[in-house]
Amino acid sequence: MNFALTEQQRMIRQTARDFAQKELAPHAARWDRDEEFPAAPVKKLGELGFLGMNVPEAYGGAGFDMVSYVLAMEEISAACASTGVIMSVNNSLVCWPLETYGTEAQKQRFLVPLARGELLGAYCLSEPNAGTDAANQQTTARRDGDHWVLNGMKNFITNGAHADVLIVFAQTDPALKHKGIVAFIVETKSEGFAVISKEKKLGIRASDTAQLAFDGVRVPADQQLGPDGAGFRVAMSTLDGGRIGIASQALGIAKAALEAAVVYAKAREQFGQPIAKFQAIQWKIADMATRYEASRLLTLRAAALKDAGEPYGEQAAMAKLFASESASYIAEEAVQIFGGNGYSKEFPVERHFRDARITSIYEGTSEAQRMVIAGHRLR
Amino acid sequence: MDFTLDEQQTMFRDMVRDFAAKEIAPLAAQMDRDADMPEPLIQKLREGGFFGLTFPEELGGLGVDTTTYGLVVEELSAVSAGVAVMICVHNSVGSYPIAMFGSDDLKARVLPRMAAGEIAAFCVSEAGAGSDAAALTTAAARDGDHYVLTGSKMWVTNGSRARHYVVLARTPGSVGHDSVHAFLVERDAPGLSVAKKEDKMGLRCSDTCVVEFDGVRVPAANLLGREGDGFKVAMKALDGGRIGIAFQALGIGRACLEASVRYAGQRIAFSEKLWHIPTVRDKFADMAARLHAARLTALHAAWLKDQGRPHTKEAAMAKLLATEAAGHVADEAIQIHGGFGYTKDYDVERYYRDVRVTRIYEGTSEIQRLVIARSVIKELG
Repeated sequence: MNFALTEQQRMIRQTARDFAQKELAPHAARWDRDEEFPAAPVKKLGELGFLGMNVPEAYGGAGFDMVSYVLAMEEISAACASTGVIMSVNNSLVCWPLETYGTEAQKQRFLVPLARGELLGAYCLSEPNAGTDAANQQTTARRDGDHWVLNGMKNFITNGAHADVLIVFAQTDPALKHKGIVAFIVETKSEGFAVISKEKKLGIRASDTAQLAFDGVRVPADQQLGPDGAGFRVAMSTLDGGRIGIASQALGIAKAALEAAVVYAKAREQFGQPIAKFQAIQWKIADMATRYEASRLLTLRAAALKDAGEPYGEQAAMAKLFASESASYIAEEAVQIFGGNGYSKEFPVERHFRDARITSIYEGTSEAQRMVIAGHRLR
Repeated sequence: MDFTLDEQQTMFRDMVRDFAAKEIAPLAAQMDRDADMPEPLIQKLREGGFFGLTFPEELGGLGVDTTTYGLVVEELSAVSAGVAVMICVHNSVGSYPIAMFGSDDLKARVLPRMAAGEIAAFCVSEAGAGSDAAALTTAAARDGDHYVLTGSKMWVTNGSRARHYVVLARTPGSVGHDSVHAFLVERDAPGLSVAKKEDKMGLRCSDTCVVEFDGVRVPAANLLGREGDGFKVAMKALDGGRIGIAFQALGIGRACLEASVRYAGQRIAFSEKLWHIPTVRDKFADMAARLHAARLTALHAAWLKDQGRPHTKEAAMAKLLATEAAGHVADEAIQIHGGFGYTKDYDVERYYRDVRVTRIYEGTSEIQRLVIARSVIKELG
């Protein structure tokens, strides 16, 4: 076993931390309040190579390993969880399937600018009636000569209102059920595409979550991603990696909440001493720290397996399940340690608490992760 | 043992449920968004007698028992926890100290006005005095037949809407419990100002304020109890307050459970209604069981109070169990709603934010545990 980070991994983490503390942390509360998309910092993330971290340099990416991605995602999310999910979606849910399933021409045309951060991507799987039951795709793709014609609605699409390129899943033959699903690369400038609405959310409010409509959108046949009938496999394998991204986002929120709670507990005096002197608070901090460290190890392990070319789906699901539930627990305890101050928007734990809650819902709810894990163990 | 509600209790509960559904529910999401409460609604609450719930009938109140009061708070909270906390604070910590410790003259002068809807607030917390209420530093200096109050109070519910404030302050330069006094201070007293309204996670239609006292002259007749009784006044008031907050949490929790069952009866996943899925059913079972256990504890605490029996421990248990159960239930409600639960299109998003404070105010869960443990050790040790 070797738990040490390499020189390069430490350097990437430091770069991410410096960027996050300088460019994100001072503004995160305002972006949250105003539901403002952090366009300028996202552009800078692209310049740092953070929007295509794992994409080979030949395709415009930074060529870093997955462990580095976890470390960077954690630092970015600790400062602004909204920016974290914007970054995670572009890396894990858009660049990865393009790199894995795309043709050379698709990579040159779409992956290169996405990995460089010149274009932004989104991943369109969820629908109003297809959440955890993702195979229940109602969006249809009908073949028309050398085009596909897409019709349907997509729901809860992160980056939906700002994306240039979408990975869209659609049903080509309902009789085939999930084996009729195909993935497509769709440009948002296409005719018939529209952003219907943006969700008003509990948290990650600086990240846009959009409802998208596809009304006879014509997609050239060479923008089909992966083979016929492979769409569901593309979707699920993509989410395996995405879960490492969300686990890392949860880690970042947890780290920020834990650090804030420690600082506060040492400074805040009640009953004539810092509240950190009280056993009730010490035990909270102990449990928070333990869950954070365990989450971190699970997440890094999943990333290391992926880097080693080994199966990582089960470990990614475990990391996402545990890190997301721990993040909510840690943020919740941080609010409790802050007392009334934790309920006020003057302190960032109020935002961490709201932001943490999504991590056990999106890219597979905790229930979906348990289905995946049990599926592996009971196979 | 008799677990049935009496006729009056049932009648009040049903009336309030109808009122809340008709008058409050349609406004609840908007009030949360605007962080405000429309005056016409407050006026309707006045006309409905909500500000006189716990006040004796001879003073213009409804004189309901604590159980009825709890049921009313639960019903209000199930539609708007922010409205409920305004009513709670007014009927418990804002007025109880006067009813219990005020002079006959003060009671006769002030309580009828409060019962009619002049809103009351309770000023104990300060920037440096939260769970450690005895650390408060607001000064009350005796000056002839007046006290002069100077200091700053935080987390004052009803802070800007109140007409009457129960204020805890201490002899200048003193420390400890024994030199804390409780006063009634009127809104128009020179030197009293509402400095700031907090921007909060939830309960956004309820106003939580910083209230400042800059040389506010308070007649000695407004002293509640005797000099040095302040801490006792506060603790007694909080015993009752905690029962109210327990019912507030139960109301939010019930709304979460109802919304979740409704949603699960409509939402289709894996070709069946969500409520057919075993793990969802398990969630419902745990949510319902925890709420029910907490509810019985809260009803028991209310009953003890109405019997005139000691209820400090039971009130703390009720608050601890009900607020933690409701927190769990709200969390599961979001989970059952999935992505929809994270959006403001569904009420559970608001319930989740609203419920979080119930474990913090009127004594954090940690303080409830201290209170309970102290009682248990005294009884059994």
